[in-house]
Amino acid sequence: MLSQDTVTVTINGAPVAVPSGATVAVAIVLAGQACRTSVSGEARGPLCGMGICFECRVVVDGKLHCRSCQLLCEPGMQVSTEN
Amino acid sequence: MSREAQHHFEVLVVGGGPAGMAAAARAAECGVRVGIVDDNLGLGGQIWRGESGDRRKTEASKWAERVRTSGVNALCGLRVVHQPEPGVLLAEGLNGCCELTYEKLVLATGARERFLPFPGWTLPNVMGAGGLQAMVKCGLPIKGKRVVVAGTGPLLLAVAAYLHKHGVQIPVICEQANWSDLARFGLALLASPGKIVQGVVLKRDLAGVPFAANSWPLAAHGHQNLQSVTISRAGKSENIPCDYLACGFHLVSNIELPLLLGCAVDDNCVQVDDLQMTTVSSVFCAGEPTSIGGVDLALIEGQIAGLAAAGRTIEAEAWFVARQRARRFARLLDRTFPLRSELRSLPLSETIVCRCEDVSYSRLRQYSSWRAAKLHTRCGMGPCQGRVCGPATQFLFNWNPDSVRPPVFPARVETLAAIAGPVQLPHSEVIGGQ
Amino acid sequence: MSNPTYDVVVVGAGIVGAACADELSRRGLRVAVVDRDVIGSGATAAGMGHIVVMDDSDAQFALTRYSQQLWQELRHELPDDVEFEQCGTIWVAADEEEMIEVRRKQDYYGKRGVPTEVLDPTALQSLEPNLRSGLAGGLLVPEDGVLYPPCAARFLIERAQQRGATLRLDISVAQIGLGQVRLTDGTEISAKIIVNAVGAWAADLTPGIEIKKRKGHLVITDRYPGFVRHQLVELGYLKSAHSVSGDSVAFNVQPRRTGQILIGSSRQYGADHKEVDSSMLVRMLQRAQEYMPGLAHMSTVRTWTGFRAATPDKLPLIGPWVNTTGDKSIFLATGHEGLGITTSLATARVLVDQITGTKPEIPIEPYLPSRTAKEYAHA
Repeated sequence: MLSQDTVTVTINGAPVAVPSGATVAVAIVLAGQACRTSVSGEARGPLCGMGICFECRVVVDGKLHCRSCQLLCEPGMQVSTEN
Repeated sequence: MSREAQHHFEVLVVGGGPAGMAAAARAAECGVRVGIVDDNLGLGGQIWRGESGDRRKTEASKWAERVRTSGVNALCGLRVVHQPEPGVLLAEGLNGCCELTYEKLVLATGARERFLPFPGWTLPNVMGAGGLQAMVKCGLPIKGKRVVVAGTGPLLLAVAAYLHKHGVQIPVICEQANWSDLARFGLALLASPGKIVQGVVLKRDLAGVPFAANSWPLAAHGHQNLQSVTISRAGKSENIPCDYLACGFHLVSNIELPLLLGCAVDDNCVQVDDLQMTTVSSVFCAGEPTSIGGVDLALIEGQIAGLAAAGRTIEAEAWFVARQRARRFARLLDRTFPLRSELRSLPLSETIVCRCEDVSYSRLRQYSSWRAAKLHTRCGMGPCQGRVCGPATQFLFNWNPDSVRPPVFPARVETLAAIAGPVQLPHSEVIGGQ
Repeated sequence: MSNPTYDVVVVGAGIVGAACADELSRRGLRVAVVDRDVIGSGATAAGMGHIVVMDDSDAQFALTRYSQQLWQELRHELPDDVEFEQCGTIWVAADEEEMIEVRRKQDYYGKRGVPTEVLDPTALQSLEPNLRSGLAGGLLVPEDGVLYPPCAARFLIERAQQRGATLRLDISVAQIGLGQVRLTDGTEISAKIIVNAVGAWAADLTPGIEIKKRKGHLVITDRYPGFVRHQLVELGYLKSAHSVSGDSVAFNVQPRRTGQILIGSSRQYGADHKEVDSSMLVRMLQRAQEYMPGLAHMSTVRTWTGFRAATPDKLPLIGPWVNTTGDKSIFLATGHEGLGITTSLATARVLVDQITGTKPEIPIEPYLPSRTAKEYAHA
């Protein structure tokens, strides 16, 4: 179960605190941001929650196409929206 | 590079949900060397996500305990992507890949939600029903939020009950099935004692939550994210402001890996014999991929497959009667929740159907096959590999899916390029101690 | 059943058949196109869509150059989904021996008006920073390009249809000959001329043609915009394409407009099944990683195979089919191996010139089917 401790990650430059054990997708939704911009320019966020739809893709610490719903937040992670 | 690690098991189970856990535990309890591989961070699959470590004696924690104590090797964070040669599976993790070999294989790859397109379905905060539940289990604060739950299937009620318990306001649950099918479902469930208990619990958990049959979403509205949903209820449209829409239309089996291995499939379900063996020798299949039938059936099929894989045919046969009973529920599900034709008219011309490549309904409508549409519009060529748009287009246009090629899940170049090597590295990704 | 009569029936709605239908209709001929599957479903769907001049032989150069120029003329009419990009080709040299080949090519192209630029290692690195260091250089051919073939084939067929051509898909041809095309549903189509543009299966339709299937593999990645800017081909590709037997791989990478990277290439003879061959995949991807190590961490989304139509002398068959029966109704437009996309437009011109008795723009003897039928008497 999720603990009471928090982890702080950076989403598009802004710090976001989430419960320890939360996924990056949760952090992005909490921050009110979209995960990515689609081919035709739409804002997109998580859909399936289980790692198969690829809508939750973000750039994490420079790495492209990370499925944020499958990634735990680690202190200091730099996350940005995929365009 | 060479495949970083190689693991050999007498019985390898792919998929760490209820069916997989049951198969693995049973086989290991027979003294056989068993491995279970799953791409999530821990075992439990979707329905038991995060519950394996539950201190209460739930079904999930009991099976997790059995998996642990029977000595099953759990390889979490690994996704099977390819079968480079018979008897060898290639799996990829965050930091490397590994080769899994086996004498018997049990495929327990589970199911995923079916998503159907409607105007606004691509807005952030429109999620699957199971999708939103998974997000909450992974830490999304939801207390006090307004969530419309819509779609079809028993998953809606389970999700609504879960959300309600976590302080969510649910303006309505919209079930597209009609009242008489639902009533028959309810009555038929009376035949199963376990289901009566579940029903009573659900009724209590959902006290006060409005439920509408013959109801479905018409459109989701919002600027950068969801603000409200228009639903059809009693033949009229209603607009409901909300924070999230949890919307899923029942489940589809994950049959990509069975197809890659050459297992025969009928009507999107893997064909198995009485011992849960597929048409490929040494390959068993259990749980949702054989037919969408819920947890109880998955646990029984998993146990039969695990016992059969361990060579314990007589013990496996002892479960046949229980499976027969549980299969009645599966057939009931099928009959109760077929998708109504009105759902085919939900998308407008410009509604996006393939979300990876942003292909609209009007562009797809002109093609007479999945293959033609794929080739000419790129629908299905994105990273979801048709897992979202495939079932949607099958329903909308009656298209049949294509054959499956590796990788069955996106995989890094270095993984597909990895050669079988004699190198055996001692470490392996074993996360998932619950 | 009614027997519609056409001037020409084109069997095969791939890029070559489509180009032929387009050109035939442009010149006022009544055309029908027939295909057993969807538009562009064979090698057209599988190939890389590279438009490239090649110089294995003067005849190959002539056809590819002519066709490349036709694509240039057409480019502004192509719809967006054809994704035409004049990204150019860089032939990559790994060592001094390959640089000799670079200079030979530059000389050859230079004499024939094809602009090229020799790249030293610094220039190569600055144009393509993700190529590994330590390469000897390369040759840039800026007028080469890429496109998405199934949509190009569809565009050409639609143009033909706008001029009155008819199209029948999802129907197989049982037999052709003596001005008749018999379909498997029993329909017969009469035409003065029947064009076999069926590609790798051409010999099934016209027994006796020397066409062999040459299987290839491709892999496409997720989107990584800017990683590759030109179509990159190792000079060793030529050794692969040259060999008449055996399995081979070569480094061949293409940027798609989506930002996805297409990775090839492989060649196999005698492999008749379309399943992905894991060992070929491994060899091909390892070769690619050798040239571009950064590919290693990229996510691949799909792999697939296709069959090129290969002839013994590596030139296509364009013109009347010569046989013992004296049947003069069958023409061939097939055998394009890895150059179908490139040479489709020129193939159509050369074919239709012969049908209409127009003087072709280039000498056509090297492509005539009669060159292979020496033992048959000329009618």
